[in-house]
Amino acid sequence: MQDILFYLFAALTLLCGFLVVANPFSRNPVTSAMFLVLTIVSMAGLFVLLHAFFLAAVQILVYAGAVMVLFLFVIMLLDLKEEQRRRYKLYGAVLGLASVAGLGWLLVKTLWQSGVGAGLQPGYVGDTKSLGMALFSRGEFLLPFEIVSLLLLVAMVGVILLSKKDLK
Amino acid sequence: MSVGLEHYLIVSAALFSLGLLGVIMRRNLLVIYMSLELMLNAANLALVAFSRFNNNLDGQLMVFFIITVAAAEVAVGLALIVALYRKRQSAHVEDLVSMKL
Repeated sequence: MQDILFYLFAALTLLCGFLVVANPFSRNPVTSAMFLVLTIVSMAGLFVLLHAFFLAAVQILVYAGAVMVLFLFVIMLLDLKEEQRRRYKLYGAVLGLASVAGLGWLLVKTLWQSGVGAGLQPGYVGDTKSLGMALFSRGEFLLPFEIVSLLLLVAMVGVILLSKKDLK
Repeated sequence: MSVGLEHYLIVSAALFSLGLLGVIMRRNLLVIYMSLELMLNAANLALVAFSRFNNNLDGQLMVFFIITVAAAEVAVGLALIVALYRKRQSAHVEDLVSMKL
């Protein structure tokens, strides 16, 4: 049962990811954004299969909720009609496909030759309690946590400054 | 054959390649940005899979931090794109070839 779900979610993730970058039917950025939401939701399904329940919830809340809403707001702010009129550059597409195929081949070959195998027998469950214990009780991640909060503050101030009409 | 670490890593590699393809091929800044998000998500998937199959929660903590930083990055990047659009009336990389505004 879990294997079937894995293949289902993996296929859905890759299909929607492909439709984000190269949708043959529509060049509209809104379509890309909607397929990105689908990709993220099916990836949350993969996280659940990996027993990372907290991260699955955070993935949906932060990515599908906050980040994608931000994207859609910006798409509505900008006038992107012109995007649909322009064609793909042929040499760009060919070169991109070639380099990406090379990278993908390299990655798969590395995986194949390193023989990672199936890994250990899984034990931990990434629910909220165990993640919180790992984050706060050992003291290893306390400083990064505080730095991240500072980073969010800096980002907030920076965004407010950047989106003001006239910088003084 | 039951699903193990390798399967997740292959999905992650394929998703990363797709994101890179989008960054190279698309010409719209917003779609390039979405492809970047795709690449970040591929890295997240690999980290969660490693964490699961190594019996260690550190990978998931790393993903937690990556999601936070990605949210900040998206906010700043989109603000930059909006500011750029105000100046140049275009979000197309081929129109943005000079460093001077």
